[in-house]
Amino acid sequence: MKLTGWLEGVGRFYVGLLLAFLYLPIVIMALMSFNASPFYQLPFEWTTHWYSDLSRNNQLLTATLNSLRIAVMTTVIATILGTAASIALYRYDFRGKRILQVLLFPPIAIPWLITGTAMLIFFYGIGIGRGLHAILLGHVALALPYVIVVVSARLQTFAPELEEAARSLGASQWQVTRRVTLPWIMPGVIAGALFAFAVSFDQFVVSYFLATPGQGTLPVEIYAAIRKGFTPEINAVSTIIIVVSMGLMLVTARFFKFGGDR
Amino acid sequence: MTSAQAARKGIRPALPLLAPAYLWLTVAIFLPLSAMAFFSFMTDLPMAGREWSLTLKNYAAFFSTSLYLTLLWSSLRLGLEVTAWCLVIGFPAAYVLAKVLKGRAREAIFLLVILPFWSNGLVRIFSWAMVLREGGILDTALNAVLPFTVSIDLMYSYPAVIIGLVHSYVPYMVLTCYLTLQAIDDSLIEAARSLGASRRQVLRRLILPLAMPGIVAGAVLIFVPVVGSFMEPRILGGRTGTFYGTVIEDQFVAVFNWPLGAALSFILLAVVLLILAASAPILRRAQQ
Repeated sequence: MKLTGWLEGVGRFYVGLLLAFLYLPIVIMALMSFNASPFYQLPFEWTTHWYSDLSRNNQLLTATLNSLRIAVMTTVIATILGTAASIALYRYDFRGKRILQVLLFPPIAIPWLITGTAMLIFFYGIGIGRGLHAILLGHVALALPYVIVVVSARLQTFAPELEEAARSLGASQWQVTRRVTLPWIMPGVIAGALFAFAVSFDQFVVSYFLATPGQGTLPVEIYAAIRKGFTPEINAVSTIIIVVSMGLMLVTARFFKFGGDR
Repeated sequence: MTSAQAARKGIRPALPLLAPAYLWLTVAIFLPLSAMAFFSFMTDLPMAGREWSLTLKNYAAFFSTSLYLTLLWSSLRLGLEVTAWCLVIGFPAAYVLAKVLKGRAREAIFLLVILPFWSNGLVRIFSWAMVLREGGILDTALNAVLPFTVSIDLMYSYPAVIIGLVHSYVPYMVLTCYLTLQAIDDSLIEAARSLGASRRQVLRRLILPLAMPGIVAGAVLIFVPVVGSFMEPRILGGRTGTFYGTVIEDQFVAVFNWPLGAALSFILLAVVLLILAASAPILRRAQQ
């Protein structure tokens, strides 16, 4: 038994090491955004200079606004379309339903490099072209499968008798959906919406291929800036992104239990 | 799970609910993928009135020079190495999470492990640049501790690419292994132990086989995107970071040879689909 206790201690320590490996670079990057030296020299000298620089950097501000706008629109569109599709997949039985469910996985499983370049070719070919509208078109498609999977998981816990009961009491199809089904699956819908926002807000690869010069999203501009050479301004904007997306994920976790049992 | 309890027959009433989502997916995913397949057989962009015809030369380019095959091979090797490291690092952590930690501590640490991969991948790769560069944190920290001067300049090297990718993808492996390990009944392990099995035997004959679906799922989730990665090798690998993905990127944003890029993408897609098909039986076993 003594050995077991010792092994468990090693195990805990190991998980601590893994967490250090996961968070250390992020913490260092964030710290460097408050360091005065433009060449990341130590010793550390506190400044918020890079953040005030950032607030005057129009290119990055425009890109941030683009990112937020596209993420919000993606969230609204993907959540509505995805929830509708999930309800249909749950409520009705028809031939080819299985195929429709399987079709959700290629967008998730195929590397974004392939999806992104394919979108570029197709959108260019049929005249949609590149730009923010093309990015929105792509982001919604990437987010949809996630929304459908998450909302469908929530629907699995729904008791169909409730719908039947409402119907037999004279509720119309729309009333059943709005008053009975939707309230029940709301946690799933909110989780799906947060997933959609995260997929869009953090998306780099697909946006990169669909962006036009000067009209990119934040990750696209950051990539361009990194390739030109690092400045602490990139650290500042990266820190903001990390804080926003991790905060968002923590909120998601409150709505949606990962890993099941408790 | 019986999903069809509420099921009502017929596709007609389902259609208005389904059509918008699937039309969107068709326009933005399925048609583009088909278009790319077609495009890879063309000589030039079929736009702005340019002449084009059907050709096999894009695929011939892939097979006739060893360049692309070598690059594909180095990307596959990169994928294997990163997957192996993720397994070696992630599996023990998943085991501790599933079998040692309990209650709120487990929940909190599980959340901490998967939290980073919901933050921007580009930003995390950039954060490694802060650590690995010469005169960076690793360099400074080591020189502060060691009595002699060492110069750690891992930036723009193959190990830097590996470190960055493992950092990006190890949460997947922890997640999938955790889910299968957690499903293993503790009394099975106790029974094996009380029947005289050593720790090593329990691991090899009981835990690993039962956890295999999780390991395979994690491996697929890591291997596939790593083979297609281009941003990570660019930022951390510099000149040494030329892989199959970066060559595809170049065809689209630098060289503007889209038909060749489409052919290279399509070959990658074929490789990815083969891998997914090969892993499907093991993953299906897990669902049952």
